[in-house]
Amino acid sequence: MELLGLDVLFKGSNAMRLLQGLGVAVEISIISVVISLVLGMLFGIFMTWKNPVARVISRIYLEIVRIMPQLVLLFIVFFGATRALGLNVSAELSSIIVFSFWGVGEMGDLVRGSLESIPVHQYESAAALGMTKGQIYYHVVIPQAVRRLIPMSINLVTRMIKTTSLILMIGVVEVMKVGQQIIEANRMVSPNAVFGIYGTILLLYFLVCWPISMLARHLEKKWSN
Amino acid sequence: MDFGAMVDYLPLFEQAMWLTLRIGWIGILGSLVIGLVVAMITHYKIPVLYQISLFYIELYRNTPLLIQLFFMYFALPRVLGVGIDAEACGMLGLALLGGAYMAESFRSGLEAVEPIQTESALSLGMTKAQVMRYVVLPQAVSLSVQSFVANIIFLLKETSVFSAISLMDLMFVAKDLIGLYYNTTECLVLLVIFYLIIILPVSILGTVVERKLRYGAFGS
Amino acid sequence: MADEREIVLRIENLTKSFGDNVVIDGLDLEVRAGEVIVVIGPSGCGKSTLLRCINGLEEIQGGRILLDDQEVDGRSKNIAQIRQKLGMVFQSYDLFPHKTIIENVTLSPIVVQKRPKEEAIAEGEALLERVGLLDKRDDYPRQLSGGQKQRVTIARALAMQPEIMLLDEITAALDPEMVHEVLDVILDLAREGKTMIIVTHEMSFARAVADRVIFLEGGHIVEEGIPELFFTNPKTERAREFLHTFEFTAVRSHTVEE
Repeated sequence: MELLGLDVLFKGSNAMRLLQGLGVAVEISIISVVISLVLGMLFGIFMTWKNPVARVISRIYLEIVRIMPQLVLLFIVFFGATRALGLNVSAELSSIIVFSFWGVGEMGDLVRGSLESIPVHQYESAAALGMTKGQIYYHVVIPQAVRRLIPMSINLVTRMIKTTSLILMIGVVEVMKVGQQIIEANRMVSPNAVFGIYGTILLLYFLVCWPISMLARHLEKKWSN
Repeated sequence: MDFGAMVDYLPLFEQAMWLTLRIGWIGILGSLVIGLVVAMITHYKIPVLYQISLFYIELYRNTPLLIQLFFMYFALPRVLGVGIDAEACGMLGLALLGGAYMAESFRSGLEAVEPIQTESALSLGMTKAQVMRYVVLPQAVSLSVQSFVANIIFLLKETSVFSAISLMDLMFVAKDLIGLYYNTTECLVLLVIFYLIIILPVSILGTVVERKLRYGAFGS
Repeated sequence: MADEREIVLRIENLTKSFGDNVVIDGLDLEVRAGEVIVVIGPSGCGKSTLLRCINGLEEIQGGRILLDDQEVDGRSKNIAQIRQKLGMVFQSYDLFPHKTIIENVTLSPIVVQKRPKEEAIAEGEALLERVGLLDKRDDYPRQLSGGQKQRVTIARALAMQPEIMLLDEITAALDPEMVHEVLDVILDLAREGKTMIIVTHEMSFARAVADRVIFLEGGHIVEEGIPELFFTNPKTERAREFLHTFEFTAVRSHTVEE
């Protein structure tokens, strides 16, 4: 136990604090995931519009999401917004904004992909039956697209959870930060604490993300045939 | 915007960019090697190694790079008693993360090659190794190109956390300069420009290669 | 009239099953050098499986297959060497899509037989010439029609200078107008005295090319004989029914359409 530095975990409230730290990360993830899923749906539908302006806007948005590292976006909002707009955006809010911005783009692209995977004749035959655009989406397209979409969006959720680790880099108190605090506090008594703490954090992320990934894979297999 | 300051900062950013490129691309090459080896192990279901590979893939795909790096850089040396150079740690960390993703890309490519290809190569007298090398693998690779490019872009983006193990990359320089001189806008603009320089060519190349593979060279 | 030609392939009591389903049930067959054997029978009679077994692509449950007195066993170490003596062509045009036509033909001679590249290419070109496709030398498979692809597949198998060709319904996936160009190549090979085992549904081709027709059903050889006798006056009721069904099917489907 001491060799691996696991002893610190059982000292005082350390384990509790780590879990609470993970809680902050989970909280940020949940808020961003919900925003991303809801707005991403709308954005995805928006992207399928033939309107050239809509196309250009969504293209630029998607390229930003595709090319810029989330950490750069985080820096821009956290450092830049304060400077340029005179706003004082908290680290926590910055991360929610950035993860949602990123998540909406990714989710939108997944939604677009699943909508476009529906063959054209499905749209055409629904239209031939006199359905409105809204009715076509609601009754014909969305039910079919959802099966493609769900496994991929579950994977997106695990990616968003993993991304929360970046918050450490702009100093939101969450699991990484708590881990560092515990390591600092126990530097003298338990020099191997660093192993136990980082090992535990790694394991915690794994325990959250792995079951979700397995679920996504299970659904993908189940629905593929 | 203070363009004078931006010009002053250029050399610092440029140096940081080379560091990012060096670690990033060596890491990516490493990830291709690891990915190929792991994919071969899982393809042939080599006992013991197969189970280890599956565990490795799941572990690295379901944890953040930042924490993998912390673990490798700060925690492992404590227990093993050997230190690791930050740059080497960055490369290895990226290669291991990427290896898990590349292995999955190779695997799905291998699965997508028609079984009749293997059978007809076997019936021409090739050994299993020759079938893999000359017939199955080249097709699997071209079937996975899209996914390789996506992984490479993903890995290049992931390099942004290297400053966490005190590597003087673009993020490090930007944060440092913002702290020192408060030229926030200038630094952020440079940061964006330099990441564009790093990632945009890969993104464009990816589109070109994909189109070429789909319509040009072969495939049916 | 005793056949003096040497026996190149000997199948003894071959048994092959998939789970409980016995596909080949104690089959014996001898093939002599230069002989062209056509295997026919209803679908599921085991004719394709027979060819796959001869090529060591299927694990067998009983009996043995001897090629030049060497046992064919998919799991044995020298299976790759044995397969070089067997040229197999499948129903689907299975050219390597990432190689040009000439590369498809020369790949195996170069990497398996380690023949000099120039020699392999020269021979590959001669083979392409022979199947009438030398002008497609540098094309990729996707640029060819089905019939052309299948002719290249035959050239690719011939490039290994196999003792026996195994042809598994090679025209079944082709558009009707392309069947002839492929079968002409095979007739040509037969004329030259190539040993072949052919599985086909083309009855008139079977009649033209075969030295011996084998009628397979339920994993057994039900009847065998020279084509003139087999097609005009089959000895067994089952063979007669099979040949009959052939004709009837056409008439019936016609009636249904109306």
